[in-house]
Amino acid sequence: MTNKTIKVDYLARVEGEGAMVVRIKNGRVADVKLKIFEPPRFFEAFLRGRSYMEAPDITARICGICPVAYQMSAVHAMEDALAVAIPRSIRELRRLIYCGEWIESHALHIFMLHAPDFLGYPDAIRMAKDHPKLVQQGLELKKLGNEIISLLAGRAIHPVNVRVGGFYRVPARQELAPLAERLKHGCDACRDDVRWTRTLPMREYSHDTEFVALRHPTEYPMNEGRLVSSRGLDIHAREYDAHFEEEHVAHSNALHSVIKGRGAYLTGPLARYNLNRDRLPASVQEVAREVGLAATCRNPFESIIVRALEMLYAFEEAIRVIAEYEPPEVPAVACEPRAATGTACTEAPRGSLYHRYTIDAKGIIQDAKIVPPTSQNQKAIEDDLRQYVAPRVDMPTDQLRAECEQAIRNYDPCISCATHFLKLEVEREP
Amino acid sequence: MIVVGLGHEFRHDDAAGLVAARRLRERGVAALEHEGDLATLMDQWKGADGVVLVDAVWSGAAPGTVHRLDAGASPLPRELFKSSTHALGLADAVELSRALGTLPARVLVFGIEGRDFTAGVGLSAEVEGALSSLVEEVASCMKSR
Repeated sequence: MTNKTIKVDYLARVEGEGAMVVRIKNGRVADVKLKIFEPPRFFEAFLRGRSYMEAPDITARICGICPVAYQMSAVHAMEDALAVAIPRSIRELRRLIYCGEWIESHALHIFMLHAPDFLGYPDAIRMAKDHPKLVQQGLELKKLGNEIISLLAGRAIHPVNVRVGGFYRVPARQELAPLAERLKHGCDACRDDVRWTRTLPMREYSHDTEFVALRHPTEYPMNEGRLVSSRGLDIHAREYDAHFEEEHVAHSNALHSVIKGRGAYLTGPLARYNLNRDRLPASVQEVAREVGLAATCRNPFESIIVRALEMLYAFEEAIRVIAEYEPPEVPAVACEPRAATGTACTEAPRGSLYHRYTIDAKGIIQDAKIVPPTSQNQKAIEDDLRQYVAPRVDMPTDQLRAECEQAIRNYDPCISCATHFLKLEVEREP
Repeated sequence: MIVVGLGHEFRHDDAAGLVAARRLRERGVAALEHEGDLATLMDQWKGADGVVLVDAVWSGAAPGTVHRLDAGASPLPRELFKSSTHALGLADAVELSRALGTLPARVLVFGIEGRDFTAGVGLSAEVEGALSSLVEEVASCMKSR
């Protein structure tokens, strides 16, 4: 019977700080914990007493990788509270800025964080010596994503131009045109990158969990849609709290989110793709078919392919938005505060991001609730690790450790959002 | 040869590199300021024959200590440049650029040991004290090349 202790003190190439413990006793997996020990960040508390107009800029500081997601969920939730309707051109610009974030976040993860796992390098710097073009490609694509965000929101990190009702300033058509040309080159390169992800050595593995994502009548989801799942959930964001709950667990400073009565679920690229493949444009579906991606993908290792596919979609969508763009008459719809509660879910690169705010008649935030994607995915990641390790308990320790790390990176967890380092311990107890 | 000062404006001593770049410009030395994503930092020295980088560091040495490193000759110690887990740190950017073959032949790094990296503006007395001689040294280094 296998009783061993394996410890990895530092899991690199994830966003943030935390630890993973896998305990193996008598040849069986006794316990798996994703520990998040970064101190609580109290964002929900310090939103209280602030103006509803400040929510997008305050919550954007939660994450350096996905600030746009926080801004988008915040403005949609506030607009839900204020019953404000947004014209198509503003809605389109919001999709465009979200495309920028998907591109920069997915490019960073695919090329710099995840690819070294598949190609057998400890990090992107050492991978760059043998695969310079690959790394340069990743950096170029990431830069294009950053450019979209900078153009629409002043700067790529902690963008500032998004506001409840729209934007503080919207671009003229001619400002977007030069970017469109560069995006077309990026789009072509990205199509080849999806094909490249298919050539990576892939582990045969399947993890069955409940997939949860937004679903929109016509679009691949980013900002809008009903929250649906692979096991029949179909709700408006307003019903979120009736179906999902957060549990405090002793080993984590992030709350664990579960579906009431059912437990763990997964949001993010795999969930979005599995629930919305038919909403991808025919051109992107064609590439999915070409690379042999199943209609439902249950292999978390293949998330690198799905991320590349979503990046291709984001390029195509960004190019479409720019081609059809007509500036709105005013950059933002006027908003009048009123006492109300508003909710929204939008699709951050790594999964659904839920915001709920209660504001008073003057628009002062009385209560705020934010459920980031990594909180939602934490339990599913633990379940996946448990299932992955079970038939591999006798694997050499170094190999098992490396595979566990890769399995965690499949989810591109942003531990800073949920709260910072991922430390991996595999313990085999006597 | 170009000069790039790095840092964060609103983290007290972390702004040391930015302030150094401003003072160098006052003395007629073309110096760039760089905040944020260090992946784009590599673009700044693209095609240059040499680069001088000025950044705040936190290694446990006495605040105001100036570390001088020749990164053209050997890898930068990553632990000196506390890299963010969200983006590439200075040492990562230099080493990635070296791996990609885009690092200029001469890379001089000046690291100023900071005391206060909490939120807020203004440099500590120690960093302020070290800065004037550092600016002098970088300026003469640029003139003498």
